[in-house]
Amino acid sequence: MSLFEFVVDVVVGPWQFEVMRRALLVTVVASLVCAVLSCWLVLIGWSLMGDAVSHAVLPGVVLAYMAGLPFAIGAFVFGCVAVWLIGTVHSTSRVKEDTSIGVVFTTLFALGLVLISATPSQVDFNHILFGNVLGVSDTDLWQVVIIGAVTGSALLVKNRDLTLYAFDPDHAHAIGISPRRLQVLLLVLLALTVVVALQAVGVILAVAMVIIPGATAYLLTNRMERMLVIAPLLAVACSVAGLYVSYYADVSPGGAVVLAQGSLFFVLYLVAPRRGLVRRLRVAAGRQ
Amino acid sequence: MTGTTIGNASDPATGDVADHGPVVDIAGVTVRYDDVLALHDVSLTVGSSRVCGLIGMNGSGKSTLFKTMMGLIRPQAGTVRLFGSDPAHGRRRGEVAYVPQAENVDWSFPLRVRDVVMMGRYGTMSMLRRSRGVDRAAVDDALEQVDLTGLASRQIGELSGGQRKRVFVARAIAQDARLLLLDEPFSGVDARSVETICQLLRSRAAAGCAVLIATHDFDVLPEIADEAVLLHKRVLLHSTPQTVLRPENLALAFMPAETERSDGA
Ligand SMILES: Nc1ncnc2c1ncn2[C@@H]1O[C@H](COP(=O)(O)OP(=O)(O)O)[C@@H](O)[C@H]1O
Ligand SMILES: [Mg+2]
Repeated sequence: MSLFEFVVDVVVGPWQFEVMRRALLVTVVASLVCAVLSCWLVLIGWSLMGDAVSHAVLPGVVLAYMAGLPFAIGAFVFGCVAVWLIGTVHSTSRVKEDTSIGVVFTTLFALGLVLISATPSQVDFNHILFGNVLGVSDTDLWQVVIIGAVTGSALLVKNRDLTLYAFDPDHAHAIGISPRRLQVLLLVLLALTVVVALQAVGVILAVAMVIIPGATAYLLTNRMERMLVIAPLLAVACSVAGLYVSYYADVSPGGAVVLAQGSLFFVLYLVAPRRGLVRRLRVAAGRQ
Repeated sequence: MTGTTIGNASDPATGDVADHGPVVDIAGVTVRYDDVLALHDVSLTVGSSRVCGLIGMNGSGKSTLFKTMMGLIRPQAGTVRLFGSDPAHGRRRGEVAYVPQAENVDWSFPLRVRDVVMMGRYGTMSMLRRSRGVDRAAVDDALEQVDLTGLASRQIGELSGGQRKRVFVARAIAQDARLLLLDEPFSGVDARSVETICQLLRSRAAAGCAVLIATHDFDVLPEIADEAVLLHKRVLLHSTPQTVLRPENLALAFMPAETERSDGA
């Protein structure tokens, strides 16, 4: 066997299996939409909101399973409930927003855990917590593809408005573009992308997919338009790399994908061409 | 430079801006944040082709008044009318431009100077906010007017204080609004930028716009403003800049303890 054939074997290997092809599709779709959305989340400073929504969907998923509904519906409803509760508690009491976020999502997450323990276990809820990308059913696949397409197109159509909202909501208001509506849109899209992400990597790691790619792209560029291209490109690359690692090293695919994203962030944090730590230290040393 | 006529709203030479009644008409506005009283019974009218300076110390309610005019804050009492109708109409027609206080801007946001100025045009664009030739021309023109053409591709954080202000003034110009609200446009700004901004605002006023400037910078005021308002939660004085800047009048707004006592009396 030549080296070339060996390389081809390694590259093609995982994708001979239907299971891996499905995993690839789900992970790529999830990382694409999550990465695009993450650009606005990190710029607005909504990372904690991403964390909250992704955890708060747990009871929704459990209830959906119990009721025999697609899990996406339950997750989406509870994502929206969480966002609404956070806003309400924060604006109608003296509690600050991060506190409100902390209270609401942990309570809902706990409710999810209690529901799981009270449910006769036909379903392995570990799959919800840690993802089950190697056991994607036809329904799951369709849910991911449809939700991915809907959120992806909404993000594309509204991308300039969302940037306007993230940068200067007062100006948006002054020129007759409702910042309130854009905020609601962004939160609904967050709930939807989390639904997709949790199919790929599970409830606990879903938040990574809506934070890390945007943060990584932000290290690399000073232009929003480029961020919106760089983030999804890197995220997809990490998904593919993560699945390879998971296949050959036989480790958790969700874990491997998020680990790849996080590792890339840290590498670039150190060596990014203009804003990397190494470069900054050098410049600082050069000044002395 | 054309049209140096100022201060006369009904002058036919000032062109296309509707000149019936005041541009800004605020009546009896009171705004309270939880337990802080920010504005109390504020009434104010400003006509077209006028530059009006809003003077008051920090916390006197200048920014709050602007936000109330834009409809960002709903007053507990009183009404705001712009161009003789509900402010929402003026906003939808892109007639209100707002230049925010520098402290309220995220300067590390990954946008270039040109991107920010282009946002002045969003109100008139289609849903996708794709710029047309006319938008790009308006942005180029606005950048030229504020003397930032050479820096159009800089990230907004890579600018001096004066240049940063000029970006937002350019956005207001590109928007082609008829009412300009500028929140502290001269603080932390170099002399040349002050000059550029003043000239531009004067020429906007000459073209029929109403310009309101919140500031606690008195030196520039007589040069640029036709009238001035002394604000300390309420309107203490509305007169010419010269009158408002007399020490005994300034003392009213800048020694608030005094005012509060005379309030009580
Ligand atoms: N969002 C807010 N919440 C609570 N209080 C506020 C808020 N904004 C302003 N204030 C208070 O209202 C008063 C007026 O503030 P502001 O309008 O910003 O004054 P200025 O712009 O003249 O400095 C101040 O006492 C300020 O502390
Ligand atoms: Mg202010």
